Amino acid sequence: MSDTLTVNGATVSVDSPGETPLLWVLRDELNLTGTKYGCGTAACGACTVHVDGEPVLSCQLALADVRGDVTTIEGLGRPAALHAVQEAWIRHQVAQCGYCQSGQIMQAAALLAGNPAPSDAEIDDWMAGILCRCGTYNRIRAAIHQAADALRGS
Amino acid sequence: MARGGRIARRGFLIGSAAVAGGVAFGVWHLSRPPENPLRARAGTSLNPFLIIDSAGVTLVSGRSEMGQGVHTTLAALLAEELDLPWASVRIIHGPASAAYHNAALAEMALPVADYGESALRDRAAGALGAISQVFAVQITGGSTSIRDGFETLRRAGASAREALKMAAAERMGVPVETLRTEDGAVVGRDGRRLDYTALAEAAAAIPAPQVAPRPAADWRLLGRSLPRTDMVAKATGTATFGIDIRLPGMKFATVRMNPRLGGAMNGFDPAPALAMPGVERVIDLGTGIAVVARNTWAAMRAAEAVEIDWGPAPYPETTEAIFARIAEAFAGRRNSRLRNDGNAARALSDAADVIEAEYRLPFLAHATPEPMTATARYTGDALELWSPSQAPLVQARGAAAAVGLDPAQVTVHTPFLGGGFGRRLESDFSTLAARVARQMPGTPVQVTWSRAEDLTHDFYRPGMIARMRGAVQGGSAVALEAKIAAPSVAHQAVSRLTGVRAVGPDKGAVEGAFDQPYAIPNYRVEGYLADLDIPLGFWRSVGYSHNGFIHESFIDELAHAAGRDPLDFRLDLIRPESAIAANVLDQVARMSDWRGARPAGTGRGVAFCWSYGTPVAQAIEVEDDGGRIRIARAWIACDLGRALDPGIVQAQMESGLIFGLSAAVLGEITFAGGEVQERDLSQYEGLRIAAVPRIETRILQVQDRLGGAGEPGTPPAAPALANAIFDLTGRRLRTLPLSREIDFVL
Repeated sequence: MSDTLTVNGATVSVDSPGETPLLWVLRDELNLTGTKYGCGTAACGACTVHVDGEPVLSCQLALADVRGDVTTIEGLGRPAALHAVQEAWIRHQVAQCGYCQSGQIMQAAALLAGNPAPSDAEIDDWMAGILCRCGTYNRIRAAIHQAADALRGS
Repeated sequence: MARGGRIARRGFLIGSAAVAGGVAFGVWHLSRPPENPLRARAGTSLNPFLIIDSAGVTLVSGRSEMGQGVHTTLAALLAEELDLPWASVRIIHGPASAAYHNAALAEMALPVADYGESALRDRAAGALGAISQVFAVQITGGSTSIRDGFETLRRAGASAREALKMAAAERMGVPVETLRTEDGAVVGRDGRRLDYTALAEAAAAIPAPQVAPRPAADWRLLGRSLPRTDMVAKATGTATFGIDIRLPGMKFATVRMNPRLGGAMNGFDPAPALAMPGVERVIDLGTGIAVVARNTWAAMRAAEAVEIDWGPAPYPETTEAIFARIAEAFAGRRNSRLRNDGNAARALSDAADVIEAEYRLPFLAHATPEPMTATARYTGDALELWSPSQAPLVQARGAAAAVGLDPAQVTVHTPFLGGGFGRRLESDFSTLAARVARQMPGTPVQVTWSRAEDLTHDFYRPGMIARMRGAVQGGSAVALEAKIAAPSVAHQAVSRLTGVRAVGPDKGAVEGAFDQPYAIPNYRVEGYLADLDIPLGFWRSVGYSHNGFIHESFIDELAHAAGRDPLDFRLDLIRPESAIAANVLDQVARMSDWRGARPAGTGRGVAFCWSYGTPVAQAIEVEDDGGRIRIARAWIACDLGRALDPGIVQAQMESGLIFGLSAAVLGEITFAGGEVQERDLSQYEGLRIAAVPRIETRILQVQDRLGGAGEPGTPPAAPALANAIFDLTGRRLRTLPLSREIDFVL
């Protein structure tokens, strides 16, 4: 069976079974490896992508159930054309091992799309699903505030 | 610096060697210099840390980037001497090669205290450093990368710079003394510039000059917080981790090995798996199976569908029975007595009151964010391996043995590591990938473990029991006796990593207890090793991770028994032994306003540990939040001698603290039926963003040695937290994880 997906603005055809989680279609079929596998059970958030702008755990979303345009970390911004959240991440030197950071950044970008000036408590609540074992959380919070400022200013 | 003196005496930076199609230098000179592994590559390599080709200069790291920022600071050591503009610096992982042996790691194995400054220690350490080359210990661990590279890389950079200047002098027809370097080019007095790329080949033909590194006063990169070399890639999803390797024609696979670790496989039925869509093969691995499929998910789902008859585990089946075995070790032969000051036995028998306590810590998994993975391609007489590891040569040896090749026939590539924490010192994940690839010659295959497989097939931080006795008199400790029982990580892991059987005292079992700078007149620390065949490994800060908790909690108990403030009690015992250690405690007292008024409903704890060359003091403040405990604030003071990149050191100190807190609050691996019971991250959690305290870090540069950064932040975290909870609630917690007893705000 062949499905058509819109990923990062491009239409792609995928012939995986419809029950295949979006995560593995992105990673293993489309070679979009920026989205990460950490648990497969909605426990870590490393696989977070956007579907029509909403943050979604791609390990929990079957290909057949994808309704909307998918944006991955590769589509949020590129090294030569960074999203404000990515710029703030670099300014605050957030990442350590970096493995969870795609999920953190996608979750943060979705937060700021709906809440231009989140409080610390709102950030903590919104970001709770993304586990970072390196412990980059305090820089994450600072980077989100800075990105919020940048987005409001522009 | 003491280390600098030792390294200079060894005399590096000698020798050149002709190669086909060009000339390259060997930087290393010991009894037999390892070859420069970069000579065979495209471009010109002046030494194992540098490639110059038409695209520019590429720096080469022998250490693995697993989040600790080591690529950035190793690059800075080279770029400082090479006058490379930071914005253009590019650094890659080097190949598996003895040229990247870790001398500082071998020195760390000495069973002596870090804070000591004896000449014996320096002499013995130098000899061990040389031995590390013989055993080809290319390992990223023990918080040693910068300590190992500090002299070596600056000298390599300086030597290459001078060779480039000599080549330019020849080309320009001017004396070399008239030339300088800037922004990747040699510049003459008349303003003429020659880029390094144009000079590299000629420079490589010049015997490597021996040049002293620049004095710290002239540094423009070192000592500053630099933008990390990996940050843009990691913020844009473009960094390639092990799991991100994609090769033409590559297949995806997973493994399912006996969860009774070390047990046999009596049989299996692959039929249910083979009937699933996308599944190509089920491979018999002897003690487990691999499934090859069109994608990783199909492989993982099918692996679960294989019906397997597992044999029993070679160790007791339950957590309770395992701890009973650990407790039995106290009745067995003593493995070590690495501290024995005064007469602890007599002092305790003479004491009016003896404080006694038993501590118990659980087994722990590493739970790296990226589950175990490796990619392999076997072609009959060669194996190519893409392995995110902390020990590339160990991967080469393990994989070679598994598929019947010589290690020299294995090429190892090291992508970024999605966390290491000690787990990726092992080679099991590479070995399994190689064995799967062996079954499909010519086809690359990526073998990725499910999270359940990863959590249940770790090399665990061992569980342990400590029996402590102490006595106080006149407001101070007069006796401390620690008996610590655990299965030995070292005796297992050293033989796995080096092929050499470890014997003698296991320093790791008692480090953090025997080697701390406390002037307790009667002070004895003994280790007892339990006989347990559970796979064990190095877990961030290793023995310090458990003994830091045991020792610093018990010091707190003694302070309480003495009726003293726990920080003042420590300072009085530490100051006579180490002014450097006392200084970090003083700093953390100032930062936290330790002696100031405390808000109602809060408690404060302090802990100290000197590990991996760095003394660290931490204070933690907890709050009562409607009957639950909130970890509100933390203060860290550490002394690294030199903070070569303060931003990265701060990140590592905070990372270490949070890693320690996660384990202290939540971390526990349990066994039932011989199988690890925690199969998902929801059963083996770490702290989330809301549970992490506000942290202030101060990096001191007082001691004359260079300290490590990646691990020393971890050991004081658990005891500082438990001591803070005692301060708030009066409950002394001697068993981890604390969430068994305490309701935290998480």
